[in-house]
Amino acid sequence: MIQLKKIRRATRRDLAQVAEIDARITGLRKPRYWAGILRRYPLFLVLTENARVQGYIVGEVRDWEFGSPPCGWVFGIGVRPDARLGGAGTRLLEAICAEFRRRRVDKVRTLLARDNALVLAFFRSQGMMAAPFIALEMELRRSP
Amino acid sequence: MRLQKNTLLALCSVLEFAAQPARPLSTAEIARRYRASPHHLAKVLGRLRRAGLVSAARGSGGGYRFSGNPRRVTLLDVIALFERIGAPAKTGRRALEGAIAQVLAEIDETARATFGSITLETMLKLARRPPGARGRAA
Repeated sequence: MIQLKKIRRATRRDLAQVAEIDARITGLRKPRYWAGILRRYPLFLVLTENARVQGYIVGEVRDWEFGSPPCGWVFGIGVRPDARLGGAGTRLLEAICAEFRRRRVDKVRTLLARDNALVLAFFRSQGMMAAPFIALEMELRRSP
Repeated sequence: MRLQKNTLLALCSVLEFAAQPARPLSTAEIARRYRASPHHLAKVLGRLRRAGLVSAARGSGGGYRFSGNPRRVTLLDVIALFERIGAPAKTGRRALEGAIAQVLAEIDETARATFGSITLETMLKLARRPPGARGRAA
């Protein structure tokens, strides 16, 4: 059987499958969140194989975010666990980087949890290095 | 960030073996390349062998070969055989000592995450890139 792999913009019809992939990875089902992502982000791509969504990637170009000149940001990437090691993540990242280049930016960034070893290793394997930023946070205490 | 001499030697050796998996490399060859004492290097390679990262073949044409999966083995896997990153610092009772220990722990956690996310295959790709392109993404 011929495997037809294709990368295209996500549509409403893909949302259930995207939410399912995300839920398998994170353990959290959040269909409303994904519907919001589709509305807000123009760069929401899916990789399909014979019409089945195998993975997704979401990003956008942000201008002067954190004081940085315009650059591409990848906010999320996910590949079905049973479709990994087949190059799906690489193809999705290449596709979104091509979109970033078309928008005339020459840098791509992402932000990840330190303990997300799998996705960190993936981005590293694609050539990504530490950015000149430090992520900071603090607990917000409730007002008395 | 500095690593101990043994650790650096182990990382360079493992990467040399992983770069040429079909070709056994002798202790003398690696020692010459990294200006290390063969006796000292033999101890390092012995530890790598016991951890299952390299295998040794005796006789003519023998030497060491990489025996792990370069897409799975990370820098941290090698480093952890020789030193501990993130070893709890001895903290005194004073608040300032505790605060300094907290900052050092933050640095250690970042170092662990960095080493744990770079596989040998990624490292070899990085080494093959021209120096100016090492921070360039896909």
